[in-house]
Parts: sequence; structure tokens; C-alpha cells
Amino acid sequence: MRIGHLPLGLLLIVSLCLPPLGSAAEEEVNVYSARKENLIKPLLDRFTEETGIQVNLVTGKADALLKRLQSEGKNSPADLLITTDAGRLHRAKASGVTQATRLPGDDERMAGMFRDPEGHWYGLSLRARPILYVRDKVAPAELSTYEALADPQWKKRICIRSSDNIYNQSLVASMIAADGSEKVEAWAKGFVGNFARPPRGGDRDQIKAAAAGVCDIAIANTYYFAAMIDSKDQAQRAAAAKLRVFWPDQAGRGTHVNISGAAVTHSARNRDNAIRLIMFLLNDESQQWYADINGEYPVRPDIPVNPTLEGWGNFRMDTLNLDRLGELNPDAVRLMDRAGWK
Amino acid sequence: MISGTSVWRGGVVLIASLLAMPVIVILGFLLVPAGEVWHHLVSTVLPDYVKNSLLLMLGVSIGVLILGVGSAWLTSMCRFPGSRLFEWSLLLPMAMPAYIIAYTYTGLFDFAGPAQSLLREWTGWSYGDYWFPEIRSLEGAAVMLSLVLFPYVYLLSRAAFLGQSLCVLDVSRTLGNGPWRTFFTVALPLARPAIVAGLSLALMETLADYGTVQYFGVATFTTGIFRTWFGLDSTAAAAQLSAVLLLFVFVLVVLERSSRRSARYHHTSQRHQVLRRYPLAGWRGAGAALFCFGILFFGFLLPAGQLLIWAVTTADERLDAQFLSLVWHSLELAGIASLLALALALFLGYGRRLHGNWAVQLAVRIAGMGYAVPGTVIAVGVMIPFAAFDNGLDAWTRSQFGLSTGLLLSGTLAALLFAYLVRFLAVSLQTVEAGLAKIRPSMDEVSRSMGTGAAETVRRVHVPMLKGSLVTALLLVFVDVLKELPATLILRPFNFNTLAVRAYELASDERLADASLASLTIVAVGIVPVILLSRSIGRSRHEQAT
Repeated sequence: MRIGHLPLGLLLIVSLCLPPLGSAAEEEVNVYSARKENLIKPLLDRFTEETGIQVNLVTGKADALLKRLQSEGKNSPADLLITTDAGRLHRAKASGVTQATRLPGDDERMAGMFRDPEGHWYGLSLRARPILYVRDKVAPAELSTYEALADPQWKKRICIRSSDNIYNQSLVASMIAADGSEKVEAWAKGFVGNFARPPRGGDRDQIKAAAAGVCDIAIANTYYFAAMIDSKDQAQRAAAAKLRVFWPDQAGRGTHVNISGAAVTHSARNRDNAIRLIMFLLNDESQQWYADINGEYPVRPDIPVNPTLEGWGNFRMDTLNLDRLGELNPDAVRLMDRAGWK
Repeated sequence: MISGTSVWRGGVVLIASLLAMPVIVILGFLLVPAGEVWHHLVSTVLPDYVKNSLLLMLGVSIGVLILGVGSAWLTSMCRFPGSRLFEWSLLLPMAMPAYIIAYTYTGLFDFAGPAQSLLREWTGWSYGDYWFPEIRSLEGAAVMLSLVLFPYVYLLSRAAFLGQSLCVLDVSRTLGNGPWRTFFTVALPLARPAIVAGLSLALMETLADYGTVQYFGVATFTTGIFRTWFGLDSTAAAAQLSAVLLLFVFVLVVLERSSRRSARYHHTSQRHQVLRRYPLAGWRGAGAALFCFGILFFGFLLPAGQLLIWAVTTADERLDAQFLSLVWHSLELAGIASLLALALALFLGYGRRLHGNWAVQLAVRIAGMGYAVPGTVIAVGVMIPFAAFDNGLDAWTRSQFGLSTGLLLSGTLAALLFAYLVRFLAVSLQTVEAGLAKIRPSMDEVSRSMGTGAAETVRRVHVPMLKGSLVTALLLVFVDVLKELPATLILRPFNFNTLAVRAYELASDERLADASLASLTIVAVGIVPVILLSRSIGRSRHEQAT
């Protein structure tokens, strides 16, 4: 090994890594997406087909992408940030990496709670977090609100995933917004005491565990349950068939919902293309795609929902502006820490 | 001569400080007061993090020592049915990323999985009627990590056993010690430095693991760091947790170094006899074979078989041109990173050997610290200074020349490769240093005193003696990079995916079957270097025997 040649070799290798120069001329839009590739790429490909605009994509965890945006600052190549929850959109806005935009002529199609009041972010699809119950063991009449799940009658009967998960953090944040910290903390202690087992696995795992008899109630996002009902895997279908959806809090504030959404970045150099992409993701075809392929609810009320979801009936949703979920997130995490929610 | 020394020393210190930068950036956040958040952590979750991390390390220690040392002793000293086969195949679990074996075992043995469902079907039991080991638990995580990390101990302790002079062992036997007593009183103490080195690698991997513990819901330092960082939105408190984690690592490094230092005095005899393997017949042979097969089965055959079954059912959907580009990207990154790591390890290793003073010693230690730091933490530590450099340069060229350079390094493969070096240099450095330690300084002196030049000495003495270590260093980093997930996920450029990224995206969506093709390909590609590695070990044994 000739040490003298090392720096030269290093330089060579490093130069190979740099992006090719002069590719900036064509029409493009750069996307940082917390939505997994297989749940966004088909739509992006359709967008390119239709508009000729090239979409460059990096997927990853929302927090990491946000950190990347922050450290890259005003030179960041990203034009659009896509996340799968409202809390992160709020955090992106709060840390100054997004900008306010107006969607041309589209302002009436989406309810106000699904977008930032100042236009920093827009919802793309909707998911709810209802209570799923095993139909042989629980009568729907026994169920009412999230709050009621702290009652001792549910001792060792509840499955829910870890409090590390953003959907649980958002759920608790929405409860704090409604009931106040003190009440929710007392609730969380009782609720944790009713767990059938220490939290582990994802949402589908809770559904499977309930179906297998570990618990009588699972809390999970709607698209996971829909995916299991429509699964090619017979075991998943069989598990899902044992459970039913209960929409909590229908007499009160409504069932907790969250969105996936998009924000134009502060540094966007292809701002117009980014807005075109948001518009595309909100058009009839894309909204239908979310409903059909991923079992999500469209954010536009005029788009029909997927038949599986329709079978669960209409429900009243919590109309809290989703921005609040992000604001209250740190409080929610602490509260769950104190309550011993692993 | 003096200038040569200062070039080496300057180079070593420069490289080491560059590699230490990400960790220093993170530790820099210690200066930002975390105040009340830290208080919250201490009073609620920190005791759990400490307890679980320690228990996990204890469990993995026990696991890798039993599996690694036991199988290394059997395959290097004894002959029993299949011993030749086990010699190399016991390295196969190394190709299996910990998070993938965790997903697979959960799919198989969880309450709703096929194993327990079958059991219930046969017996008519239902939940609560019977006891079954809970896969997703602290104990489960320790087992999963032990199954894939024991090869580090196996590899290093086997090399140590093979290097031991048989005379010493024979003397022990003629003095009336039985085989067990000889093992515990002679062979094991002699091999201790190598075993501890392997153990410390395994424990560093354990500390850095995120995928497995997160999936199993075990609250350790790594899961705590992310929760604090993102959930509580407190970078400062997350950095303080990282600092506590680094303290653990530092203890491990010191332990490993001190045990290696004592290694120098062990090779007293220059004469090696042909290693005769002790034949194990009857139930002993069967027991040995069963022990090794059990490890191979649970560490590789079972999970790989399950992946294969899943992959076959989903292959037609998942196998396309895009998939080939994933394979290519993974190979490309692993290849370049392992070469770079080897070059740097050689530079640092020689720098320390030839021109080591306290500064060089310290620099080399620091360069290896990144191994136990979780990939995400390193990635953020890389991202921040790279972006700061890019933005600073951009601002400067704008003001001087009215020209924007944009982001030169951020978001390129260069940033990603740098992160790999920070994370994995320790692996190649340890291997290269172990190789260099075998070349006694007296050999250099003899060669030089016979009029052989420095370059000639390297070519005729060092290269032949180092060859095995160099190949090992290359292959270990190759396999590690292939499996690496968190840093790749955060730092990769646009439109660039690897096998690990694909496997993770599907598996984290609880689509284990769809993730299996990518997972299996990681394993399959990882097997190639593992087999090369085992062959090079086989050869070194042969050379020793002649």
C-alpha cells in the first residue's frame, strides 16, 4: 500500500460522489417525504407523466428529514416536505423551514382544520384512531369515550402500542387540548393500569393480539385495520374479521383524527412546481388513490371513501385545529412518561 | 526524518479529529442547558434506560461468550461430525442484520404467529392457559442480538485458539489436567485478550442498536435519545443522554485496550506444532455437533428460511429493474466505504506504530469511538457541520465573487461515506492493529539491519503477515455498511435507495413478507464476504500448521 497515493485516491472517490453538474436546467421539484416510497412514488410518477416535471425524492423519518432541512438552511435543495402527521408539520413551521403559500382557486375544497391557518401546510389525506373491539367479548354499548377506557372494568383488556409512537402522542395531545393536563394525567395512569401487556409492536400487532385473545380492545389507525381487512394474507383477514370499529366520543368532541400533509419549504427554488404538486395530490384522482390503495380518508369531503371504510359508517371527528397537536406534543410525552406508559 | 514524523503525526491527528467531529458536535450540545427536561428524565425514565441497557449488555455478554467461545473451541480443537462445515458456516449469522432477525422471529413466535397458533390449535388452549417465551422482551432482544453478534467473539477467539502453541496445552494435559481443566486454566486465560476484544465489539453494537430494541419496546439509551430529541423536542437533553451512553462506550474501550495490552506478553514460543484435533466420538461428538448446529439453526437457517418462504410468495411483485438498482447502490456504498476504512486504518495503525506519541495514541482511540454511537446520532452529527461548512462557503463565495456554490457536500454520497467511516472505522482499525501487533518490532529491526529498505520491509515482511487481517478488515466493514440503516436513511441523496432502506420501509409498515426479498438479498450478498472471510481463516490455519 503506497500511502502517498491515498489523498489522490480519496479525492477521486469523493469527486465521484458529487452530483453531476448542469442538471438543474430541466423542470423539477425536490421532495423530502416521511411517507414511505411505495405509498407516494406511484403518485409522483403520475405527476411527472402529466406535467413533465421531474420529481426527486428522499424518504425518511419525519424528524430526521426536518433536522436535515434545518441544518441545510436557506441552501436546502428541498422544495416540499411531506409528513404523515400534523405534529411534525407544526414543528416544521415553528422552526422556520416552511413558507406560506396560497393554493390557486382551491381554498374551499378542504375544511379549515386540515390546513395551517397561514397556509404553511396542507393536509393530503386523513386517518382516524378509533377503538377496535373484539365482537364476541365487548358490546358496543359498553364503549363511549377514550376517557372512559381508564375505568377499572377494562383491567387487562386493552392493547395499544408504545408512547414512543407519534399517533399516541397526538392522541394524548388532543385529550390535553380538550380536558387539560391534570385530568389527562390521572386518566393516563388508570389507562396504563388497564393494559393487557406492556406496549410492543405496531398498530397491526395490537389488532392481531386482540384477535388472538390477548386483549378485548385495540387502538389503531384506520388504514392499518383497512389493510388487514383487504389483505391478501388469509391470517390477517381472519384476525381483522374478529374486530369491529367503534367511533369514540360521538356525543362529545368526536374521534381523534390526524393527517398526512405537505409544506412548501422556506428555501424552495421550485416553488411553483411544489404548489403544482400539492394541487396534484389534492385532485380527484390522487385523493381517490389514497382511499383505494392505502385505506385513508380523502381530505376533500366530495371524494367518495373506499368501500371498506364506508362499511364502518360516518363519524363525527374532533375538529381541533391540528396545529395544536404539535404544540402540545412535548407535554403529551412528559405526561405519558409520568404515567409509566412505556 | 523529523519532517516525516511530523507529517505522520499531523496526518493522524487531523484524520482523527475529522472523524471525532460528529461526536464532538453532539457533545457540544451539552453546553446548552437542558434544565427542566433533564430533571424530568431523571425522575421518570432515566433509571429504566440505565437498567435496561445494563441488563441487555449483561445478557448479550453471556450469550455471545457461550455461543462464541464454545463453538470456537470446539471447531478449532476437536473433530466431530460436521466440524469442517461448522468452521465456516458459523459465521453466516453475521450476514443477518439484528433488526431483520428480530422481525422474523416476531413473525414466527409471537402470540399471533404460526408457532403459537399451531400450538393452540393442537392443544385447544387459549391465551393465558400456557407459558411461552415472550419474543418481544428484554430477554428476547438479548437473544436476538447474541445470535447475530456472537461471530465477533467466535472469529477472534478462534484465531487466538489456533495461534496457541499446542505444546502449552500438551504440557497441561501431561501434568494431569483433563480437557475441561486445560480449557479453563490454560487455553481460556491465554485467549482472554482476543475474547474481550470480540466481546467489546459485540457490546458496542448492542449499545448502538436501535432497530431491535425499538421494535421490542425495550426502553434503552438509544430509544430514549430519540424520544427525548424528537418527542420532547430537546436536543440538549438528548445530547446529555448521548454523553452518558458515550461514558459506557469509553469504559468498554478502556477495557478492550487494557486486555489487548496484556496480549503482547503471551506469544512466547516461536515454535508451533501441527495442531492435532482431538477426536470426539459417541455422545460427545453428537453433543458438539448438536451445539454447533443449534447455533447455526437459530442464528441463520431458521430466519433465512422464513425470509425465503416469504420472498418466494412476494417475489413476482417485488423483483424488478428498480430492485437491481438497490442491489447495485448497496454494493457500491459498501465497497467504497470498506476500501476507505481500510486505507485510513492502515494510515492510523502505522502512524501509531512508527511515530506514536501521546497525541497520536489519543487520536487513534478517539477515531474509534464512533462505533458504539447510534447511526442516527452520528448522522445528525455529520449533517450539522457539513451543512454549516457548505453554507459558510456559499456565503463567502457570494460575497467575494458573487457566485453561489450551494450545498457542496450535504446531501451527497460523500457525506454518507464520511458517516460510515465515523461509525465503522473502529472495526477495520481493530483488525489492522491486531495484525500489526503480530509483527514484532524486532522483525522490522532484523530486516532493516540486513540492509533491506523500509518499502522492501513492508513488501516482504509486513504484506505477507498482514494479508489476512487486511482481508478481514475489508470484509467486516463491507458487511456492516451493507446492513447499516439509520445514517443511510437520513443522509442519502435524492432518488437513491439501498436494500436496507427498502427492507426497513416495508418492515416498519408491518409488511414483513413484502420486506423479505430485500432482507434476504442483504443476507445473501453479505454471505459472500463472510465465506471469503472463513476461507482466509482456514488458510491461516493451514499456514500455521506447515
